[in-house]
Amino acid sequence: MSAPYGGPPVLYDEPGPRARRRHRLAGLAFLAVLALAAWWVLETMGERHQLDAEKWRPFVEDARVWTAFLLPGLRTTVEAAALATVLALPLGALLGVALLAERRWIRAPTAALVDLGRAVPVLMLMLLCNEAYAQLRDIDPDSRPLYAVVTGLVIFNGAVVAEIFRAGVLALPSGQRDAARAVGMRGTQTMAYVLLPQAVTAMLPALTSQMVVIVKDTALGGEMLAFGELLHQVRLISANYGANTIACLTVVALLFVALNLLLTTLAARIESRARHGRKSTGAVVTRTPDQT
Amino acid sequence: MPGFLDPERYDLLAAFGVTVRLALWSAAGALVWGTVLAALRVSPVPLMRTFGTVYVNVVRNIPLAVIIVGMSLGLHQTMGVALGGGTAKDTGFRLAALGLAGYTATFVCESLRSGINSVPVGQAEAARALGLGFRQVLTLVVLPQAFRTVVTPLATVLMSLTKNTTVASTIGVAEASLLMKEMIENESDAIFAVFAVFALGFVCLTLPTALVLGRVSRRVAVRR
Repeated sequence: MSAPYGGPPVLYDEPGPRARRRHRLAGLAFLAVLALAAWWVLETMGERHQLDAEKWRPFVEDARVWTAFLLPGLRTTVEAAALATVLALPLGALLGVALLAERRWIRAPTAALVDLGRAVPVLMLMLLCNEAYAQLRDIDPDSRPLYAVVTGLVIFNGAVVAEIFRAGVLALPSGQRDAARAVGMRGTQTMAYVLLPQAVTAMLPALTSQMVVIVKDTALGGEMLAFGELLHQVRLISANYGANTIACLTVVALLFVALNLLLTTLAARIESRARHGRKSTGAVVTRTPDQT
Repeated sequence: MPGFLDPERYDLLAAFGVTVRLALWSAAGALVWGTVLAALRVSPVPLMRTFGTVYVNVVRNIPLAVIIVGMSLGLHQTMGVALGGGTAKDTGFRLAALGLAGYTATFVCESLRSGINSVPVGQAEAARALGLGFRQVLTLVVLPQAFRTVVTPLATVLMSLTKNTTVASTIGVAEASLLMKEMIENESDAIFAVFAVFALGFVCLTLPTALVLGRVSRRVAVRR
């Protein structure tokens, strides 16, 4: 069933004059509901002095809010996410290849490991890593939250990336494997020279959307481990700039949305290239198995 | 039996009970709100479509932790919304459930929308030929078939939701991960054993969901 955008609508008849009037009325009623909600929010915010100019002005006028809090927070978020991605990719690739192994004694334990890694909440992994690093490793307490957050993210996303790798290889046309076999390649060679290079193109969109999940999950460390990422800055800013909690939360949320929309747009562009590119097989993995 | 399993010291069952209740309430909220959002996104009224699209694209790109903290710091402490009052514990639980539902609804909406797209065009065309309006086409013909095709994706969403309930610990809801945090701080000689117990708990919560919904999915699948 085609979406209502572009092309004739499928779920309803092409509206005539009466239907159009009815739709306009429904639109107005909906607008009234939205306006009522917005009015309540603004009214309450006004009562609680959250609309006062001095609560919002620092974000526009005071450069220190950005240089001392928001930009370092954003940088920490991006750093942790990039580090986690870079480390999770090889781990996931290794596990993904093991998931596709022909020998059962490699495949079965890996599958169990990957399933376990995905079944455990990331927050619990971060908490465990934080405590384990505190006890077993001699890491500077200031950088321990970063270690804990990245390790937790790598364990979880390594398992997710493994699943994406497997799906990427399985999405390739079976002729690729058959052809490699026909020219006399062995299992490892088929994987390394034929399947993996093409699978990487196929799974780039899924990997990019998984990066959105990684970026979002860094915020967990901010609240539970006092990791200095973007969300952590909310309390610091509102303590320094006169309890402007709502303004801070809004700005931080918008920064996250902008960062993630950037990644999503990138994913969409890569996907359309993978689908329509002349060199590609047209196989694409778009579903991320874990959207948290 | 290791000392930390003593129910007198740590009430594991109560903590997992909160996790389960949180997951159930937010799942109910997310399914209802997600269905409404999906209906808005395919409706003939442009404003409703715009609202649905903007809501989904904004909310699912905000980290859940920001939403949950915003519920507590922003909605509750700053705006004074108590959601029916009661003790601080009850309020925290309700705020977390509301945040989880509002966030998970975006994923329910997206799954459902792909389900709607997988229903053959002829189904809606036949319904319209019989003279059904948009609401009837959607609720009587298209959505029932869409739901049956997306049981598996919805199961994945619900399992993620179950794991995401741990984020409620950021505002002090006494669910499993908050107890785990307390326990690994106190039982420093058994942190991996403590973690294993909690991991097992979550596997026990998510695995049956996957198995049951996998069977349901096969049973209700629309044969075409």
